[in-house]
Amino acid sequence: MYVAVKGGEKAIAAAHKLQAKKRRGNTARPEVSVAQVEEQLAGAVDRVMTEGGVYDKELAALAVKQAGGDLVEAIFLLRAYRTTLPRLAVTEPVDTARMRIARRISATYKDLPGGQVLGPTYDYTHRLLDFALLAEGEYPGPEPVAAEPQACPQVSGILEKLELMVAESDDGQAPADVTMAPVTYPCDRSARLQQLVRGDEGFLLALGYSTQRGYGRNHPFAGEIRSGEVTLELVPEELGFAIEIGDIELTECQMINGFVGGRQQKPAFTRGYGLTFGFGERKAMSMALVDRALQAGEYQEQVAGPAQDEEFVLAHADNVEASGFVSHLKLPHYVDFQAELELLRKMRREYEQEHGPAASQAGEQA
Amino acid sequence: MMSSQTMTQAGDNNHGYNYAYLDEQTKRMIRRALLKAVAIPGYQVPFGGREMPMPYGWGTGGVQLTAAVIGRDDTLKVIDQGADDTTNAVSIRSFFQQVAQVKTTEVTTDATLIQTRHRIPETALQAGQILVYQVPIPEPLRFIEPRETETRKMHALEEYGIMHVKLYEDIARYGHIATAYAYPVRVNGRYIMDPSPIPKFDNPKMDMMPALQLFGAGREKRIYAIPPYTRVKSLDFEDHPFDVQQWDEPCDVCGSTDSFLDEVVTDDRGSRVFICSDTDYCRQQQEKQA
Repeated sequence: MYVAVKGGEKAIAAAHKLQAKKRRGNTARPEVSVAQVEEQLAGAVDRVMTEGGVYDKELAALAVKQAGGDLVEAIFLLRAYRTTLPRLAVTEPVDTARMRIARRISATYKDLPGGQVLGPTYDYTHRLLDFALLAEGEYPGPEPVAAEPQACPQVSGILEKLELMVAESDDGQAPADVTMAPVTYPCDRSARLQQLVRGDEGFLLALGYSTQRGYGRNHPFAGEIRSGEVTLELVPEELGFAIEIGDIELTECQMINGFVGGRQQKPAFTRGYGLTFGFGERKAMSMALVDRALQAGEYQEQVAGPAQDEEFVLAHADNVEASGFVSHLKLPHYVDFQAELELLRKMRREYEQEHGPAASQAGEQA
Repeated sequence: MMSSQTMTQAGDNNHGYNYAYLDEQTKRMIRRALLKAVAIPGYQVPFGGREMPMPYGWGTGGVQLTAAVIGRDDTLKVIDQGADDTTNAVSIRSFFQQVAQVKTTEVTTDATLIQTRHRIPETALQAGQILVYQVPIPEPLRFIEPRETETRKMHALEEYGIMHVKLYEDIARYGHIATAYAYPVRVNGRYIMDPSPIPKFDNPKMDMMPALQLFGAGREKRIYAIPPYTRVKSLDFEDHPFDVQQWDEPCDVCGSTDSFLDEVVTDDRGSRVFICSDTDYCRQQQEKQA
């Protein structure tokens, strides 16, 4: 009668094959190359690098291809790879003020040193499906001529100099490392920012949005958003001076938020900070909103919305953790379910003893 | 230095990964946390849990503990829901076969190391064996107080009244303590501990167990332990003593009346049979009869 759930090994092997087939799709059509993904699906690659915590476009593109376009799965692949990498060195802090600007906008000043540089963006695109892309052989034409790069100091720095913004500077403390040590609450800012960078874009977007709708409002202005390349520098011990080891693309958002102070303390704006690999503007802005919301404690603000609740936000932001725990519900729970069933039946028997079998509802016949 | 030694032991078939997947620094960090956990039975030790090549919630905590204590002389058994042949048990077993080139077994008494999800084997464990539990939510107070900042204080101050209130409210509302699995225990008269989602049927097996019990929660980054021969008491009241599940029927396959039984639905008209959840125990009982 009873057929034991045997053959798990064979079933798993077959499942892997089916998934591989599903991923590849119709073999009569050409296979997507990792290089194509890297070049032509940069939005996916950038998100996977940011939340996967590795700046490597080729590996991120491989993860996107291997995951069949499922980005949370791709992020997981990259994280599981990342965790095995040796930590060779720590670079010098990146100076985003020296970024080679591809895009830079400020919503607070009409013009400012460095200027407004629109750069590549969907912002002013009419979202009409471009049916021309259905046909292949697209050629977008030559790159528009870029203006001469100018020095591009940060808006927050300008405001800091005028003492209009609460100054934030390097306190010399070694930053936390959430990938090596368990997170404890309350977190310091470095641990918070690290978790936000790795946090799920959708989750942070929703939380950031909730602050705009009044659940922990913090009066944001997009002080500045900039994207472009920065140079990484390393000081090898045996050399004692910095050498350049390469460039990475970053997007940074500095949000100017509601001021603190009053009669007792000189009023000044506050800020939220967001940073991503690649061109992750939506994520950087969301992160900045949430970063500011999480400073409620520092500014003695009442915690009135979920976005301001540090443990709630940070403990649930990681999509690798979240998707793992949600998906584990697919694992067998025969034993726990049986334990509950036994308790439920016992309680139903007691109910019948008290109220008579007539009172029991039709249904299970033991 | 253990690291270089073990590194050189790593076989060619490790695909570039260190022996047992984790690097030696990570293993050392986990072993340190384990020593602390054994020294303070039932206390949740935070550890720098790593991302593993399987999803969080699927045994990453248990896998990290196993990887940190496993060696070439070990014989590994992996069970999920008591069974060796459930898909995730198969998957974890083959992971360690691959990365640790370790012998595996389905026979409880042959294993030196047993990784489990949701069950303690029916066959009593012996001194020298290690039982590694996979833990989803290590905090027994989590569903009463969701905040880690609060629960850590409650443990530190041994402020457990709220747990007893919860159990009392169950009795008032349902006539029973309405916890059938992950039933809270008190370890060595001090810490209240989540035994992982084992049925409460298994709780008495934890008490004074000769084997070492290790608990790993990967996503929540916590490790805890029960050293051999430690008192483990399931919480209860004098007038509502702790009791375990009982079945009116024996196992349909081996006839056992003293093991935890899973219900198998055989049609859509309410027919069902019961079978041992512990597949190795069921096999032993069948062999005895043969």
